[in-house]
Amino acid sequence: MGSTSAENGAGKSAETTAAQHGTDGVGRRALIKRSAALGLVSVPAMGFLSACASGGGGGESNDDTQGETSKDNPFGVKKGTKLDVVIFKGGYGDDYAKAWEAAFRKKWGVTSTHTGTQEITGKLQPRFNAGNPPDIVDNSGAQKIKIDVLHRNGQLLDLAEVLDAPSVDDPSKKVRDTVIPGTLDPGLQEGKVVALNYIYTVWGLWYSGKLFEENGWEVPKTWADFLAICKDAKSQGIGGLAHQGKYPYYINVAIMDLIAKKGGLDAMKAIDNLDPKAFVGSDAAQAAVEAVYEVVEKGYLMPGTNGLDHTESQTRWNQYKAAFITSGSWLENEQLKQTPPDFDMKFLPMPLLEGSEMPFEAIRAGSGEPFIIPAKAKNLPAAKEFMRMMLSREWSTLFAKEANSLTILKDGVDPSVQLRPGTQSTVEASKAAGDNTFRFLYTEWYSEMDTAIQNASNELMARRIQPKEWLKRAQAAVDKAAKDPASKKNRRE
Amino acid sequence: MRKGQYRFVAGFLLVPVALYLIFVIWPYIQTFGYSLTDWKGQSQTFDFVGLDNYKALFQDDIFMGAIWHNILFLVFIPVITILLALFFAFMLNAGGRGRAGGVSGVAGSKFYRVVYFFPQVLSLAILAVLFRAVYRSDGGGMLNGALVKLGLVDADRPVEWLNEPDFVLWALIVVVVWHGVGFYLVLFSAAMQSIPKDIYEAALIDGASRGQSFFRITLPLLWDSVQTAWVYLGIAAMDMFILVSTMTSGEFGGGPDHHSEVMATVMMRNFLYYGKSGYACAMGVIMLLLTLILSVVMLRATRRERIEF
Repeated sequence: MGSTSAENGAGKSAETTAAQHGTDGVGRRALIKRSAALGLVSVPAMGFLSACASGGGGGESNDDTQGETSKDNPFGVKKGTKLDVVIFKGGYGDDYAKAWEAAFRKKWGVTSTHTGTQEITGKLQPRFNAGNPPDIVDNSGAQKIKIDVLHRNGQLLDLAEVLDAPSVDDPSKKVRDTVIPGTLDPGLQEGKVVALNYIYTVWGLWYSGKLFEENGWEVPKTWADFLAICKDAKSQGIGGLAHQGKYPYYINVAIMDLIAKKGGLDAMKAIDNLDPKAFVGSDAAQAAVEAVYEVVEKGYLMPGTNGLDHTESQTRWNQYKAAFITSGSWLENEQLKQTPPDFDMKFLPMPLLEGSEMPFEAIRAGSGEPFIIPAKAKNLPAAKEFMRMMLSREWSTLFAKEANSLTILKDGVDPSVQLRPGTQSTVEASKAAGDNTFRFLYTEWYSEMDTAIQNASNELMARRIQPKEWLKRAQAAVDKAAKDPASKKNRRE
Repeated sequence: MRKGQYRFVAGFLLVPVALYLIFVIWPYIQTFGYSLTDWKGQSQTFDFVGLDNYKALFQDDIFMGAIWHNILFLVFIPVITILLALFFAFMLNAGGRGRAGGVSGVAGSKFYRVVYFFPQVLSLAILAVLFRAVYRSDGGGMLNGALVKLGLVDADRPVEWLNEPDFVLWALIVVVVWHGVGFYLVLFSAAMQSIPKDIYEAALIDGASRGQSFFRITLPLLWDSVQTAWVYLGIAAMDMFILVSTMTSGEFGGGPDHHSEVMATVMMRNFLYYGKSGYACAMGVIMLLLTLILSVVMLRATRRERIEF
């Protein structure tokens, strides 16, 4: 406090007016009434004051944080200023951000205030409303602030400036050309990238390298090989496939990936675009769901897996009770404590059905975890530079080490760095996949349809319905979503 | 009351009534208002759609199914809980025999009274975790583990209790009953202890059996407490949100395939997950109406003549 910001001045003037009214010589009652009313008025002003106090380095106006620009310092970071960083402390923790901040201080002499929290909305909404937002925010988790709402209120910086700046690693390239194609799209609002979805997630099957080696199993490339391993596992009292049955989201990863790989991108787009033949009448969908049902019918599921939640089933899998499990690449970090040291976690693209359009290496992949820079950030130059550095190889590697996950930076992990085995295997799989990646969007667009398909999958896994019925129910969900006029807004080509 | 006193009393009532109006009545009115719109919950822009939400509601199989599940809970939870609580309370207070002339509980009744109350001190969240372990769907579950050991269940095909459409509601009822019996036992015990012993002694001298003294003496004199218990349990059965949403599968629970859905879980999913907030508000209004009707009906139906003693 004690700084001379505009908000501070406003608070003071409100207090002075209150004092003036007090000396007007009106009756005591009227005085109390008036001062109460004025008290109400000055509450927001007090809010400014206290926000100022908790805002760490708040108080500097933008002029104070603007340094000289140069080739290495395109945004003009000023030494000795402060940066206010807020990180969603969820599955990935916030150690990676602390490591970044330490590196940032070393390079630029800018110290940061670090907040790691799950309550993004609770902590930040008042600050956005008071015009005193942090400088950079990882806006994720269940309590994130909706990006479209922030954008419509003019709270978000258009990140084009950062994306068009030269890359830290290779100044001849723009930052936007160093990221994996398509990963910026989820951050688009009305044609502008306002959020940087930083983490690159791949989905598929996972297995234990140790278990495979002990049993002499080869990595299955076709569905037939996959079933053969399940069969062998079963004969040894190990479950074949485990899935997080309480959340049918996970088994849908298997079903939907098989559909996309069998039928190609067209089969995927048919679902996202609510095609009347997305499921019923689609050979890919039929083949995929029958393939998954075969696992159920032959008893290759880990016993009881249909009723287990993600922690229970994944822990069982870590205890070598199943050969495979479905999940995304957050799995390794999520299971850090339960994974035995010699488990050798490995990622596996979904094995191929016969006559598939896509190669075995194709994977479902995409970006998540949106980072934003508030338009009213106090230290914009440093925030922009911070984001530019996030997309450097050094910081991307730091992230991979601390959070055991990949970033959207192309080839973004230094090969000399020792990663955990699961993360390492996703690096290799992502490289092998190249441009053969796909991502369903119906889960983001039509949550009701997604839920209906998940319910159908739950029934399929419990053998209460057959693949034919599954297709019918999934198609009914698609048709229902197509009837909603709002669905016309979403379309992918 | 003198005139000045009204002002005095009103002065004290002003704050609580204002709080009640602001935090209870006003949200109800708002909910009703929103239920007539297509509000999506993320901004203050919406259109007035009249009674469309209510019309859609009565064609929504999932919500209708949820109402039936609530009604099922409404029938079974109070009946089972009250019967068990009454039985245990009677055994603890007047079920003992042997000592000449006296009316007392079974041996060790003081100990049981404490033990029965244990479940009540657990919060619903802990209860959900506990019973998820009991009902766990693989050999690690308490029930499955025991059944597998006894050879009653194939280890490769354990019973997925909470994933079986036929079991899931009963599994939930067991949890609620287990949790509630202790509390109502204490409630009924307290009421029973206020029944004068000489009435029982008189009945005993006349040769009344345990059953007769229960139905002819205890139950009629306990009717007020039973009535209260019925209303409480009924309201709990209309809710069930916490247990269903944490124990069963799906976003906000209700699985498998909507077989354990209750009104509150359908409402929450529509409100927060599907973004159909106006529609969810219509569900909230229906829930309020049903709960109100229920309370009135129960209080009327169980009204008896009061016996003074």
